[in-house]
Amino acid sequence: MAIQNVNPTRMEMKRLKERLKTATRGHKLLKDKTDEMVRQFILLARENKRLRSEVESQLSDALKNFMLAKTVADTRVVEEAVMMPSRRVELQCTKRNLMNIGVPHIEVKQDTAGELYPYSFLSVTSRLDDSVATLDKLIVSLIQLAEVEKTCNMLAEEIEKNKRRVNALENIMIPQMEETIKYIEMKLDENERASTVRLMKVKDIIAKQQQSY
Amino acid sequence: MNNRVAVIGDKDSITAFRAAGLEVFDATTAQEAEKLIKQLTDEHFAVIFITEQLAVGISDTLAKAKVKAYPAIIPIPNADGSNGYGMSGIKKDVEKAIGTDILFKED
Repeated sequence: MAIQNVNPTRMEMKRLKERLKTATRGHKLLKDKTDEMVRQFILLARENKRLRSEVESQLSDALKNFMLAKTVADTRVVEEAVMMPSRRVELQCTKRNLMNIGVPHIEVKQDTAGELYPYSFLSVTSRLDDSVATLDKLIVSLIQLAEVEKTCNMLAEEIEKNKRRVNALENIMIPQMEETIKYIEMKLDENERASTVRLMKVKDIIAKQQQSY
Repeated sequence: MNNRVAVIGDKDSITAFRAAGLEVFDATTAQEAEKLIKQLTDEHFAVIFITEQLAVGISDTLAKAKVKAYPAIIPIPNADGSNGYGMSGIKKDVEKAIGTDILFKED
């Protein structure tokens, strides 16, 4: 591991030791954060999978029914029947704070006052009714799926980023600083020894000079 | 204003959503879908559902939109059923976050 390019002084060492302390603490914190994020992510991913398989099967059925209704009746009639929906789906969108990430939080405000079927029963088959009724019920699950899936996406992204940060600290920053501190310590010790030896030598020389007088 | 839901897909699959009160936009090619997504993002739609068949072609655009909270672009099956794109998205997320796929192992 390469050491940093620093002057081997006591001040530099003090500064580095302080930084190392901060880095170690940050590393521990980030690691704990990753653990918690992964825990939350697993819960969410399970929920996501469950919701998706539920929604996918029901939605496929509803859409198939709709297709059948379209083939039995005239396509144009069916299209006309659903042209002017009597209901509107309104959302209440806010952001929720999950592990310091702003994830979406969506609530559905389905206005149930209007009649569900925006057409006369005369012109189309009951398959269309079924399909519209299922879809209407599915909207809530669909929006929920949107929320959970988006949260999962963002959490996965954040976990990846966080892991990279932890790795950089653990494998590069911290070892590099430790190495540099060690280098400075050795250099300082060496200097000290050198000065002791020099003093001893000087003392010897002075003693010899005094003897010769 | 940030509270609308859109559905993008082929005409056969999306007409049904209109009856349920969602706003639908039809697209048959990936280019059309991409353009629509851009337009709808500018119009501040909160949730955009797109059929898996179209989503496959524009996965780059979808990946770019993943980091922001809104809009949430969610693949859904169309009238022909699901082609597994949505599920593979979950799988990818799990692999990205944990490193290995632990949810789908049993099946």
